[in-house]
Amino acid sequence: MKLSKRIFAGLATASLAVTVTACGGSDSSGNFDDTVTVGILHSLSGTMAISESTLVDTEKMAIEEINAAGGVTVDGKSYKIEYIVEDGASDWPTFAEKSKKLIDQDGVPVVFGGWTSASRKAMLPVYESKDAFLYYPIQYEAQECSNNIFYTGATPNQQSEPATDFMYKRSPAAGGDFFLVGSDYVFPRTSNTITKAQVKQLGGKVVGEDYLPLGNTEVAPIISKIKVALPDGGIIINTLNGDQNVAFFKQIQDAGITPSNGYYVMNYSIAEEEISTIGPEFLEGHYGAWNYMMSIDTPASKKFAKSFKKRWGNDRVVADPQESAYNMVYLWKQAVEDAGTFDDNAVREALVGQTFDAPQGPVEVMPNHHLSQTVRIGEINSEGGFTILEETGVVEPQAWNQKHPSSKGYACDWTDPKKGEKYRL
Amino acid sequence: MQLILESLFNGVAIGSVLLVAALGLAIVFGLMGVINLAHGELMMLGAYSTYITQLIFKQVSFLKPFYDSYVIVAIGVAFLVSGTVGILLERTVIRRLYGSPLETLLATWGVSLILQQFVRSVPLAYGSGMVIALFFGLFSPLFISDDILHGAKGKLIRASTWGFSALLGVATGGVLSSLVSKLSRASARNVDVTAPSWMRGGVDFVGVTFPKTRLLIILITLISVLVVIFFLDKTAWGLRIRAVTQNRPMSDCLGISTETVDIITFGIGSGLAGVAGVAVSLLGSVGPNVGGNYIVGCFMVVVLGGVGNLLGTILASFSIGIMTDLIGAGRLLTIWPEMPSPLFSTIDFFATTSMARVMIFALIVIFLQFRPTGMFPQKGRMVES
Repeated sequence: MKLSKRIFAGLATASLAVTVTACGGSDSSGNFDDTVTVGILHSLSGTMAISESTLVDTEKMAIEEINAAGGVTVDGKSYKIEYIVEDGASDWPTFAEKSKKLIDQDGVPVVFGGWTSASRKAMLPVYESKDAFLYYPIQYEAQECSNNIFYTGATPNQQSEPATDFMYKRSPAAGGDFFLVGSDYVFPRTSNTITKAQVKQLGGKVVGEDYLPLGNTEVAPIISKIKVALPDGGIIINTLNGDQNVAFFKQIQDAGITPSNGYYVMNYSIAEEEISTIGPEFLEGHYGAWNYMMSIDTPASKKFAKSFKKRWGNDRVVADPQESAYNMVYLWKQAVEDAGTFDDNAVREALVGQTFDAPQGPVEVMPNHHLSQTVRIGEINSEGGFTILEETGVVEPQAWNQKHPSSKGYACDWTDPKKGEKYRL
Repeated sequence: MQLILESLFNGVAIGSVLLVAALGLAIVFGLMGVINLAHGELMMLGAYSTYITQLIFKQVSFLKPFYDSYVIVAIGVAFLVSGTVGILLERTVIRRLYGSPLETLLATWGVSLILQQFVRSVPLAYGSGMVIALFFGLFSPLFISDDILHGAKGKLIRASTWGFSALLGVATGGVLSSLVSKLSRASARNVDVTAPSWMRGGVDFVGVTFPKTRLLIILITLISVLVVIFFLDKTAWGLRIRAVTQNRPMSDCLGISTETVDIITFGIGSGLAGVAGVAVSLLGSVGPNVGGNYIVGCFMVVVLGGVGNLLGTILASFSIGIMTDLIGAGRLLTIWPEMPSPLFSTIDFFATTSMARVMIFALIVIFLQFRPTGMFPQKGRMVES
């Protein structure tokens, strides 16, 4: 099998070479010295497919861009990046299984993958036991710092903390009481624990919180609770997941919980993609916090959105998770080139300190394997995008949150063998 | 007063969603004894019918002036779509499995998976075309006299009705996909039904806001229940259905076509699932999994009410609805804030949506310990058999 594959590959390369010389053209695919195959592992079927397939599209685009610019150059040799896409099928054990397959069978030097925290938690032991490397692109609850994972999404101090600060100090509902709504799983619960601690520090009050079991769309009891807890308006922090947002926003609007009545919702899981599904008419006047928003008015951001539309269709949008996925492919390429090898340990060392001019602005890899990045607060407008209201400077990531009671005073640093995963500051 | 009114309304609102969803199941499971796990997917088809009707009203110029009333049309469309697919299901799968509940359960679960994948993988325009072909294929023989159907050229005529229906289906699919571009591509993405402007917002009455969509759902539920009761109690076919439910072999002997009764009962039960789909689409988003979220609640209502008893189903859904609001929204705490602190903290602990569900399930389990056959157990010969 393997031999015949190789022969076939050889024949293919040979025939390609013949065609290239015959045409006398300089097709860039003929100019590589070798190829390197990377793994892409997201859900292409099941409930998460809708979200995760956008990441596959973005990662493919980033790889194509790199190849078009000459591929990865290691030790003077140019490598064309090829990829194997595996389907995690929205099933967490499958993610672990496919990771093993990509590492052992295909021998890929790196895997780009995951979306839900549950899938990451399932993959983590695989990468740690095999000392392989996973790049994970989603904003998440942090409280984790693995030597074998590289996180390019926001940590809570790069999303929810600046957002809470904005809501309490500078939003139209400034000084108001907080109500926390979320889906019932790890991200909303951890994020809200942090928010509660922060609101207390700010001198505000959290007057209620509730979690909707995943898949449940009956939000009437939550609406009653919000009306009792916030009779005259206030701040609602929303960490609901996917479709539950549709039910929530349709029903709160009917119940009179709207910006015009003094209720302002800050969302952590609603990006451009979700706004178009829910409908901007339900979301207008509420807020969102992300590192990247499609409305960022810089050449890099515009180019990113334009190339994505050109590659995948004019009706497509780009959002924060995609930008994060795009960045990680480029950061991996830079680290490999700096290390001069595909070897995991050398690449890991070279990775820390890498900087990249991302669509959101400059990002840098920190010793805790997370990215320092910019935080933006936007108001959702009638066109389905964000009107950016605030932009922080570059914020450093905290793998161990400094407001969460269980991790206060801890940090992570993989460049110093004495510090490692969790050390006291 | 205001609080009690609001709580009661919320309970009725939650209960009526449960009731409209469980009504079809109460008929199929209660009267026929068929455990139909694809009931949720028939609801999902109803929800998609609402979406498609909405798009057609938005796109087709001569229907545009009537856009505001698309919901009413959608109720009829959803009933027919789900009813047609239900009858197909009965004719092809369930008919062969009467009397073997476990096999029915597995087979209908399989059907539910097929239907979910169907809406993901088939463009909705062609999906609608297939349903239309099915509809005319199944029902057009009813309008041709028996003499012709069973005459010399009967087979040819029956084949040609299917042929024409298929052509009609293909034509509908083609026309729909060219008229409404959103329906021409398959997509697993969830879609949204937007309520027309007259249904947005709420009605204020003595200081309480009643959301209009909730009022409409209560109205839909009320009408469905009344129609079902009228049909079962006052019409000839209703009488036959009740006769078959009570004693199938005897009804057969007396000349009732039990096969036709099965088709009608299952068709109506499925059609009601479609109506429930319209109601559900007004509350949240429409996706392949929308029905699956309701199926457990539906069975819970039917079992709690007592299998085969409509009044039980009605009471069970409203009591679950009112309990959900009382426990989940922590009403007792607002009504009586000075209650003793251990009681207060216990109730406070259960006053979240997740814990309220746990509490309600626990209460139902306890209730069924004492009344294993539900609120209104069935009496008579059928129980003994």
